[in-house]
Amino acid sequence: MSGNKEEEDPRINGIKTKIRVVPDFPKKGIMFQDITTVLLDPKAFKDTIDLFVERYRDKNISVVAGIEARGFLFGPPIALAIGAKFVPLRKPKKLPGETIFEEYELEYGNDRLEMHVGAVEVGERTLIVDDLIATGGTLCAAINLLERVGAEVVECACVIELPELQGKQRLKGKPLCMLVEYR
Amino acid sequence: MFAVENGLQGDPRLQAISDAIRVIPHFPKTGIMFQDITTLLLDPVAFKHVVDIFVDRYKHMNISLVAGVEARGFIFGPPIALAIGAKFIPLRKPGKLPGKVISEEYELEYGNDRLEMSMEAVKSQERALVIDDLVATGGTLSASINLLERAGAEVVECACVVGLPKFKGQCKLKGKPLYVLVEPSQLEEITF
Repeated sequence: MSGNKEEEDPRINGIKTKIRVVPDFPKKGIMFQDITTVLLDPKAFKDTIDLFVERYRDKNISVVAGIEARGFLFGPPIALAIGAKFVPLRKPKKLPGETIFEEYELEYGNDRLEMHVGAVEVGERTLIVDDLIATGGTLCAAINLLERVGAEVVECACVIELPELQGKQRLKGKPLCMLVEYR
Repeated sequence: MFAVENGLQGDPRLQAISDAIRVIPHFPKTGIMFQDITTLLLDPVAFKHVVDIFVDRYKHMNISLVAGVEARGFIFGPPIALAIGAKFIPLRKPGKLPGKVISEEYELEYGNDRLEMSMEAVKSQERALVIDDLVATGGTLSASINLLERAGAEVVECACVVGLPKFKGQCKLKGKPLYVLVEPSQLEEITF
């Protein structure tokens, strides 16, 4: 799906046309990629999930990890369809019980991603899902969390990639699957 | 109304769902027995039971819109929406949704919070379902109902995986029915 134009699945254009670009949100200069408009179109939303499910159903994936909060919109439907567990990766202090955290950089300062201890076992084949990859900082933190508990990250899956930010280079060698590029 | 009161008495799926929910005492503060649904999500069979029960209930109710409350409503809402062919609308904390939004304040134990919804997401007279993982005071769900009604939707029902026992029977929230799968386990801490 992140490959050649001539192989592009016809459903992808339908999804792309549903993404709303909102200028200057959350601040000036940012062209915000709004996927909520995809969720308003049942066919486009279903196509998005189907494309990922078709790719991953025979890859023996036992864990789908989704990044709060928009990764929660796409991860669970994929997990349910392929029979995998869903593991939420959350902002600090949201998960009860024992957690581990990974820090990552924002434009100004840092943030943290947390995961439950014991949610993922050693050797589990894992998919990480988020709506969009920009710099790759959050996905890199997610990969680190999963690798620290001994999971095998098979791939990162995003609906949208902003290729100019080169997030693909920050995924510790893990492949990225995306549906739509925004330049 | 609980699922057991409405035809699902003895359905083994409900026990499986209840067993899969982990209770964390004194989170986020002393005295609260937190109902942790993340362990349910680690059990693909039990998670699917939740979705199946809701889909069976709502698929013939002509629901065109499922609204899910951030963030755990985002986990249960989309699979239901996808299965019944409805759109999904996220109800979010302030400042997260781009474009024009409407917002509704609701009370917390100390102070207030706000829930936002995109103004352009709802068409008038759409039949809507509101989803969250758990209902306690009903404050968040009431704010959700308000948002949807202000946008012209008809809220058919609110649905939650877990609900306090006070929501048994014909309990309504702002006049809307509530449908809950299971009660919390270990509501009160057992001390010896």
